[in-house]
Parts: sequence; structure tokens; C-alpha cells
Amino acid sequence: MAEKLGKGRTSQKAQHNAEKAEAVASPGEGQGAPVQPDQVLFPPSFSVSEIKNKQRRHFMFLRWKQQQRKEKLAIKKKRKKEREALGDKAPPKPVPKTIENQRVYDETTVDPNDEEVALDEATDEFAPYFNRQTVPKILITTSDRPRGKTVRFCEQLSKCIPNSHVYYRRGLALKRIIPQCMSRDFTDLIVINEDRKIPNGLVLSHLPDGPTAHFRMSSVRLRKEIKRKGKAPTEHQPEVILNNFTTRLGHSIGRMFASLFPHDPQFVGRQVATFHNQRDYIFFRFHRYIFKNEKKVAIQELGPRFTLKLRSLQKGTFDSKFGEYEWIHKRHEMDTSRRKFHL
Amino acid sequence: MASPARGNHVWVGSETGILKGINLQKKQATNYKFGDAVLSRHEAVTTMCWGDPYESEIYVGCLDGSVKLFSTEKGKFTESRDCREGEGPFCGLAVLDGSLITCVQSGLLKVWRDTSSENVEIQVGPGVCRMCQNPEQLHRVATGGKENCLKVWDLHQPQEPIFRAKNVRNDWLDLRVPIWDRDMQFLPGSEKIVTCTGYHQVRLYDPSSPQRRPVLEATFGEYPLTALSLTPDANAVVVGSSRGDVAVIDLRQGRLVKCLKGFAGSVRAIQCHPALPLVASCGLDRFLRVHNLHQKRLEHKVYLKSRLNCLLLTSREKWENEDSPAELQSDVKEEEDDEIWNSMEVVATKRKAETQPCCESGNKEPRKDKPSRKKKIRKAES
Repeated sequence: MAEKLGKGRTSQKAQHNAEKAEAVASPGEGQGAPVQPDQVLFPPSFSVSEIKNKQRRHFMFLRWKQQQRKEKLAIKKKRKKEREALGDKAPPKPVPKTIENQRVYDETTVDPNDEEVALDEATDEFAPYFNRQTVPKILITTSDRPRGKTVRFCEQLSKCIPNSHVYYRRGLALKRIIPQCMSRDFTDLIVINEDRKIPNGLVLSHLPDGPTAHFRMSSVRLRKEIKRKGKAPTEHQPEVILNNFTTRLGHSIGRMFASLFPHDPQFVGRQVATFHNQRDYIFFRFHRYIFKNEKKVAIQELGPRFTLKLRSLQKGTFDSKFGEYEWIHKRHEMDTSRRKFHL
Repeated sequence: MASPARGNHVWVGSETGILKGINLQKKQATNYKFGDAVLSRHEAVTTMCWGDPYESEIYVGCLDGSVKLFSTEKGKFTESRDCREGEGPFCGLAVLDGSLITCVQSGLLKVWRDTSSENVEIQVGPGVCRMCQNPEQLHRVATGGKENCLKVWDLHQPQEPIFRAKNVRNDWLDLRVPIWDRDMQFLPGSEKIVTCTGYHQVRLYDPSSPQRRPVLEATFGEYPLTALSLTPDANAVVVGSSRGDVAVIDLRQGRLVKCLKGFAGSVRAIQCHPALPLVASCGLDRFLRVHNLHQKRLEHKVYLKSRLNCLLLTSREKWENEDSPAELQSDVKEEEDDEIWNSMEVVATKRKAETQPCCESGNKEPRKDKPSRKKKIRKAES
């Protein structure tokens, strides 16, 4: 039995190699012609795609596909059996390699015990918010003449962020809006840019002395487009979750998002705003949760969802011409490795 | 006597008020603070300059108007004096005959003599962005800033500038061209001055010629140029922009020679080594970078945790040898009785001959170490 199994495996292996050589391998090779192990196997010139009869070709292809599946299952079963046989001594399951866990080491990753970075953060532009000296007050506006989706998106965004006001842009220049905002005690300014009626950019500026971040925005889903959504969000102050902002730049961006929401969330509302960073893309989600029992929690999505990608971080308030950039994404210089991330 | 601070190659002043010494050979960065004071952004380092030609002292100008003296031999701050006069941060710092020259943004240039009656005060006009000293004629300084055209001052005759630049001609729409000199430097061996502006121009002025307008103008990129430094041969200038674009521009034809890569944010300071083809730069992206000018290669990249405002690069030529303590001590001695060494050149060459074997031995030592380590490992294995 064992020998037979082994032989079967070798033939499979040989066939597997042949398949590797050919883009589409021959299906009949494994079962039809018996393979002599001593013989040198040339990659067979025959492939399924060469069969002229469509019906036949389809049939052969299905058979080949089926066989592949069988092999795969067999290997899986065997592995499982081996693991069961070993019991507790079984080696731990290998962790799959992903781009994130193979990430190139970034030297700016913030060490929580680092005094200098802590000092830098304790005295930066967001310090008044984190020391509870200011209450966030946010102005949301758009590019000139916003159309359907952008207008609704602004409304829904202002529902998520407490104490935020949507204003029509009225063709005003940002540099003239900013002093007016400062005189009216706004702490942040959000400008949503649209292109062909679809929101595609977001400028987030902290007032009064910056910084200003410029994001590319994509995959905007309004409430209406979300399936299985909950009832409209309430007025309660939401909780905020910031995920995976690990580098120094990520910390600055994370603090920027955090300073949009007031301190002391109202847990009665059971609402959470999430900024999740994965591979430098920041995903925003707005949920309501409920405790089903001691162990289970259910969530339902409420608000708009969108994805952000940082393009630049500028010191000071918005000044695209004479402002000094703290970080700017240069694609051809920075994106040298798929495993290098900046946030 | 010789502290490890002497071996540092680059000194960087940060926005958090920390002076950082970086040894590129050992890949070490050390923080230096003034006393036990709690740091704050009010003490951000805005300018730095060498206190003496032997680079044993550094003057550090802070945002709160104090100037601190750092001794690289002792490795600590030794003195702090209050030079608060005028308004705004320091935009230039220099030393003349042991007295300090400061210039603040509001336009007050002041020479701090020992007695206050001898202090020289000059109003150079508002909006100053940079004050820079002529390294060959120390009593001459240049100033320039926003809507404040380039002026060269002789500190012995502080009434009138010896050179006042004239704005370039109106543009093709007959509109006045705005002025915004961000950084400047004197060309060695001539009176020429090279400046870079916030409107992305690089200009070359020649006070010795009757023309008061720039004799050469080149533009680079579309963003404000924030810093510049002359290359060792003084034929080209390295400029950095607020977007992190750094380029080498030829001063004879005004042509772009090459660009240096790897910057993520605004460049605040650039300095070239006077002999080696190296250029150090730092800026808002919190990195110190050292490039090779010939090969455009990034030689060193050091993360320094805070935004960096200014830097000083040592002018020593032998970077490798200074680790050996013998060399260090001889360096210190040389400074102490420099005159004697100057009078005895023959001895100086002998000293070089002597030091070479000592540094060789310094190199050998680690080699000796290696086999012993191996032995240890073997022992551990057995």
C-alpha cells in the first residue's frame, strides 16, 4: 500500500514538473501513458489548448482541473493526518508570508520609551488638544461648486465628527478662509476635493499653526450604498480607534486624526470611528457595536466609508507655493520596494 | 581632556533645542543639552557657528535669544549669554576677534564686544533671512532677506554698506520682481557672493564690478530654495528646496549639473566639506544625510528624531584616524601651542610620520581581537 502510494506520488511529481515546464500541462499524461521513471522526460509538446475540438478540449480541461484539486486535497489530508499523529508535538503552523509581516525595517518606528520623541510630541502643534486646553471645532468645506455625491458625503462626514460645520465654499481661496477660521476658533479645516462629481482628495489642516496633510481619497461609499447598515448615527461623541500608526510620520498623522474628535467619548452611543492603516492606506469606518452576551460583540456599519493615502505633510497652514514640506511622497524615489511603508 | 565629542563629524541643531553630535564612522549620535534645563521649543536651535578656527567651540543661537557656547573638547555647554535684542529668531551668527556677531530677523545686526560701549549696532532692514560672514575677510558680512536686497557690510565702517545689490529688471509684463534672499555665501578668492531666493533663483553678485545687479542668474525647480553651499572647488553650488529637491548648479554657466536623491522633506541646511567631495544636509524630515558629490551616492543617513534646523560639518580631512586617542591628544596639543607648530614645519611632518604607525597599530588592534573572539566561540561550542 505504502509503496503504491509512493509510486503514485512520484508519477504525480514528475507530472507536476512537466506542468511547470509547460504553461498548460497535458491532462492525459498522468493516467494514459505509464511513465517509466528511468526515462528522461521531455516536456510534452501536447497541451489542452491544442485540442481543436472545443467540446473535447473543455472536457479534458475539466478533467485536468479535477485532478489538480484531488491532488491538493490529498496532500492536505495527509498533512492533517501527520499533525494528528504527532499530537502535541506537532510543529507550529507556519505563518503565511505577507507584505506586511515582511516589512522593511523602518528606523523611525517610535519606541514608546523614547524620551526625545515623547518630548517632541508633548510640545508639538497638537499638544493643546491633548492637554485638554482646546475643544475641537471643525469646518468642512469642499472645492468649488460641489456636485451630488460630494455634498452628501460632507453632510454624512459632519454627522460622524461632533462639532463640525459644513460650509459652502463660495469660491473663496483657502488662504483667506484660514484666518477667518482662526478668528472663529476653529481647530481644524477639512477640504474635500472632487473630480467629475466623485470626491478624490482631502486636505486636513490643523489650525492655528498647522500642520497640513494632503490625502488622496478613494472608494468613497455613502450610507445609502452600504449594505446591512444600521440606523442613522446619533449625536453621541464616538470612540476613536487608530490602528497601526507606528512610525514617526504615522504618529503625527494619527495625532492629527485623533484631534478631530473630542475627548471623553459617550459610551452610551456605542459608536466607533476607526482609522485603520494598512500598507500606507488609511481606511475609515464608522460602526455601532452591541454586546450580544459576555463573549460576543456584533457591529453594524453606519456612516460613510472611504480610503485615504497620504501624499504630503506640510508644516504650517495651507500654503502650496511657499510652504515647507515635512514629508512628501515621491513615487519614483521612495517606492523602491513593495515592502517599504511610511506610516 | 579629549572627550569623545571631539571625534564627532557633524553637529546638528534641532527644533527641540538639542545639539546633536554625530560620529559617522562609529554611527553614533549623542545628544547634548544645556545643563539640566527642561527642554522646550522656545530653545530651538536656529543657527550655529564655529567659535574658533580649530573647531573646538561652537556657538549655538537659540530661539529665545540666548547664545550658548559648546566646547567640543569638554563635550558640554560651558557658557550661556543673553543676546536678546531686536525681534525674531537669529538668522546669522559669526565670530570676529573673539566677539560675537548676531543678526535677528527684525534687522538688527550687533557686534558684542566685552564692554557694552564698544558694541556696534547696524540696522540692516526688516525681514532678514540670513547673515553670513566672509571667511577670508572676517569683518565683512552679507545680509539679505524678504524684500531686503543683498547688502555687504564692513564692520569697521558700519554707517553704510559697502555693497548694495540692485533688484533685477522688471519682467516681461513690466512688473517688479519680488526679492527674497534665503541663503548666501561668499566665494573664496574673490568678492563674489552667491545667493538663493524663495522664488527659486540662484544668483551670483560681484561687488568688485560696477554692475550692482546679479552677474549670473539660474533657476531651479518651482519651489523656494532654502539653503545653499559651495562645493569644494567653488565652481558649483548645492541648493536645496522646501520640497526636498537638492541639486548641484554650475556657477560658470548657470546650468544644472546633477540632482541628489533621497530627501523626503524641506532642506534646512546644507554644508559641503572643504576638501572631500561630501555634502551634508538636514531638514524637516528628521534625517541627516551625507552624499558623495561625485557619485551622487547617499553615503550616510541618520535618523535624529527631531526636526533639524542647522548643521556644522567638520573640516577635518582624515575621518578614519581620529578614533585613536593618541591622535586626539596631539590634536588638542596642536591647538594649544599652535604658534610653535607653525614655526617648526619640519617637526610637523615628523609628527605625521609618527602618527601613521600609531594609527596603524590602532587599526591592527581590532584584527588581533578577532581571532581571540573566534577562540571564544570555539570554546563555547566545545
